[in-house]
Amino acid sequence: MLIRIKSDFWYELLRSPITVFSALLIILMVLACTFAPWVAPHTPFDPATISILDNNLPPAWQDRSDPRFLLGTDMQGRDVLSAMLYGGRISLMVGLGAVALSTVIGLTVGLVAGYFGGLTDAILMRIAEVQFAFPPILIALLLNGILKTALPADVFATAAVPIMILAIGLAGWVQFARIVRASTLVQREQDYITACHAIGLPTHVTILRHILPNVLSPVLVLAMLQIAVAIVTEATLSFLGLGTPLTEPSLGALIQAGSQFLFSGIWWVVIFPGVMLLMMVIAFNLVADWARDYLNPRLR
Amino acid sequence: MTDPLLKIEDLQITFPHRRGDFIAVQGFELTLNKGEIVGLIGESGAGKSTVGNAVIGLLSPPGRVTSGQILLDGQDLTELTAHRLAALRGRRIGMIFQDPMTSLNPLMTVGQQLAQSISILRKMPMRQARAEAARRLSDVGISDAKNRMDQYPHEFSGGMRQRVVIALALAGDPDLLIADEPTTALDVSVQKQVLDLIKDICRERALGVILVTHDMGVIAETADRVCVMRHGKLVETGDTQKVLAHPTADYTTRLIAAIPSITEREDRFRNPEPRTGDIDKWLLQAHDREEEGHFLNTTDLVKEFPAKGVSFGIRQPPFRAVDVPQIQIARGEVLGLVGESGSGKSTLGRLLTGLLPITQGSVTYTDHGDISAFRRAAPRKAFRRDVQVVFQDPYSSLNSRLRVDRILAEPIRFHGLASRSQTPRLVAALLERVGLSAEDGRKYPHQFSGGQRQRICIARALAVRPRFILCDEPTSALDVSIQADMLALLMELRRSLGLTMLFVSHDLAVVRQVSDRVAVMRKGKIVELKEAETLFQSPEHEYTRHLLSTAPRVEGHRPSNTAASTRKAIQ
Repeated sequence: MLIRIKSDFWYELLRSPITVFSALLIILMVLACTFAPWVAPHTPFDPATISILDNNLPPAWQDRSDPRFLLGTDMQGRDVLSAMLYGGRISLMVGLGAVALSTVIGLTVGLVAGYFGGLTDAILMRIAEVQFAFPPILIALLLNGILKTALPADVFATAAVPIMILAIGLAGWVQFARIVRASTLVQREQDYITACHAIGLPTHVTILRHILPNVLSPVLVLAMLQIAVAIVTEATLSFLGLGTPLTEPSLGALIQAGSQFLFSGIWWVVIFPGVMLLMMVIAFNLVADWARDYLNPRLR
Repeated sequence: MTDPLLKIEDLQITFPHRRGDFIAVQGFELTLNKGEIVGLIGESGAGKSTVGNAVIGLLSPPGRVTSGQILLDGQDLTELTAHRLAALRGRRIGMIFQDPMTSLNPLMTVGQQLAQSISILRKMPMRQARAEAARRLSDVGISDAKNRMDQYPHEFSGGMRQRVVIALALAGDPDLLIADEPTTALDVSVQKQVLDLIKDICRERALGVILVTHDMGVIAETADRVCVMRHGKLVETGDTQKVLAHPTADYTTRLIAAIPSITEREDRFRNPEPRTGDIDKWLLQAHDREEEGHFLNTTDLVKEFPAKGVSFGIRQPPFRAVDVPQIQIARGEVLGLVGESGSGKSTLGRLLTGLLPITQGSVTYTDHGDISAFRRAAPRKAFRRDVQVVFQDPYSSLNSRLRVDRILAEPIRFHGLASRSQTPRLVAALLERVGLSAEDGRKYPHQFSGGQRQRICIARALAVRPRFILCDEPTSALDVSIQADMLALLMELRRSLGLTMLFVSHDLAVVRQVSDRVAVMRKGKIVELKEAETLFQSPEHEYTRHLLSTAPRVEGHRPSNTAASTRKAIQ
């Protein structure tokens, strides 16, 4: 219950230093990535500002380094730190966007299926089960492939981020639908819903005003977990070369580009984006874990 | 006189909390001899279960005994290690829990559970333990115990299950038995059997029994002595008969006076002073001209629920939950509907108010016609405005995410009964009308107690200016003192507003206090329906007589038995 424990929120949060740390990390990364154009020391993808002479410089604390490039440069002389911030921005955008899309679809399907039950429920849930039988990454691959052939190449290139959001978002709604449906089935039997029927409230009011707020807690937790999953899915797709183009690389694309040089000693190009991806995913997971316990009074 | 079996001295139990410790029990004392039943009575939050849990060492963390002693045969239980205490559980102290469904393992047969306990506690080989288990099951009144041992808990009825739980509690031949609300989840007629069993066992085996309950009737029927608790403190203690007949503490007097009588209709519920405030005028608006005659009528009402599962291609016949040829409710009448759990009384209530679809037959309101024949939204909306419901569970009947003023404003606005600017004033007036304050509108439901929540539910039902209210066990989840206030409020509203009511309850005493006519339901059928006084004084049907005879009574506690003294006690 979000309302009940306003003052308990900080108490419970501060009792878990790792969650505080994760939350701060998320905030820091979100801020840094959102304001990348102002925060980043360089504009890594502007050919006018990069020089090939600066290529493959190691991080600043190593020999042969250049203090302008804190985390070194890649083979084209781009600043790794700046590329990470710009790339993280794309990863976060895709993660948040995809989860927002999944949540909206999942909430709608789950509420409708759970509230009406019967045939509606059966049809919607069978569709969900069929989709659940395919791994999300496969669905994302499929959608990506279809859109690539359906759209003109230049449109596809500029619309990389929205396409990723669409692909990953459509792949992830089933979990939301299931969890919302289960909660809706519970809420539907509560007396306050019968009271809505007794007052004669129309169905959409009953669902939106009365059921929806009461099924949001588990959705919140799942959404945070799914952000991490979506970021990883995006990274995987980009790593496979199906995601964002190299002119506008996400973290996954950076890792892919850097991985070719890993064994020639130029480790910083791949390790730093990799660590950032890892931190993002773990931080979201830890915060989601805490939120699940916090929202479940029985575990406290 | 030998030493007492159990002696509790100056017990204090504390639940530490970061906003200051909560002292759940303070200065509690109790002496229990062998072969004696001591009742612990109190309202919710009185700390009575906490005492029981402390004795058996099962306080839920972080609660702990902070001072005092619990002496079992002279041995202080509060000083024992968790390990030593665990060894005492089952062997010296047995426990019976409230809900027999959740205190048995649903995946093990009854025989396995009992034999396992016996085998562990009495160090017997399993084969011998099984034979012993069968003997013990028949001891607690389970016939054909040999065969029923191989059944699972769900194949037993509630009362039978509680008998199994009792057998389990006795598996290690304890000297002390703690029964925590052992019959609260059971029907009245079964309750008596279970209490009699506990009584018999206590006498036969010279057990000491602590009976924790909120029900004065249970105490009156069972306990030799009683301890009355309130806010964690012992209010009064003494022989049950003496305490009931001549309570010395003020609180006990009020507690006993609040219990509705089953033998007569009390004046406090019969003739409340009608009120005529502004809000009452608003509530009566557009209802001044009403026709004579009955309010609603049914013909051949049937409700069937499809049976689950198909076996060998043959569909099971549907379960007939309600089968009522005819029932009429007169305008301004309160019809009481009593029955045990599963009798279909709640289902009938919901059929009559259009909250469940009807399988066969029809429900016809004089003002609205057949309620399953609405074709358009307008007449259906008009019907919904006239017919409202108050539910049993005040916790699930309010949306916890909405503020109280929004909960009350919603029906007013939806039915267009007041403009947006007038609504807040009406909401405040409604809250005050049901005994809350206008400021309470700015709170959320969880900030209220059960009784206050029930008042909010009543206010919500009133918000559409209804003519008919279905009260579905409206007081069953409430403490007895709050129950009396709630009944008084409902009766006053009914008189002030001329409401028609269907009052569903399993509690005969409550029904007697509020009803003009009473219908007794059993297995979906109405077995007897007549004027309340006639029904309670000279019940005709065998089942009605059975219900009346098994209802627990608190007798001899109304010294002067006049309405005036009772009313004073309530205030």
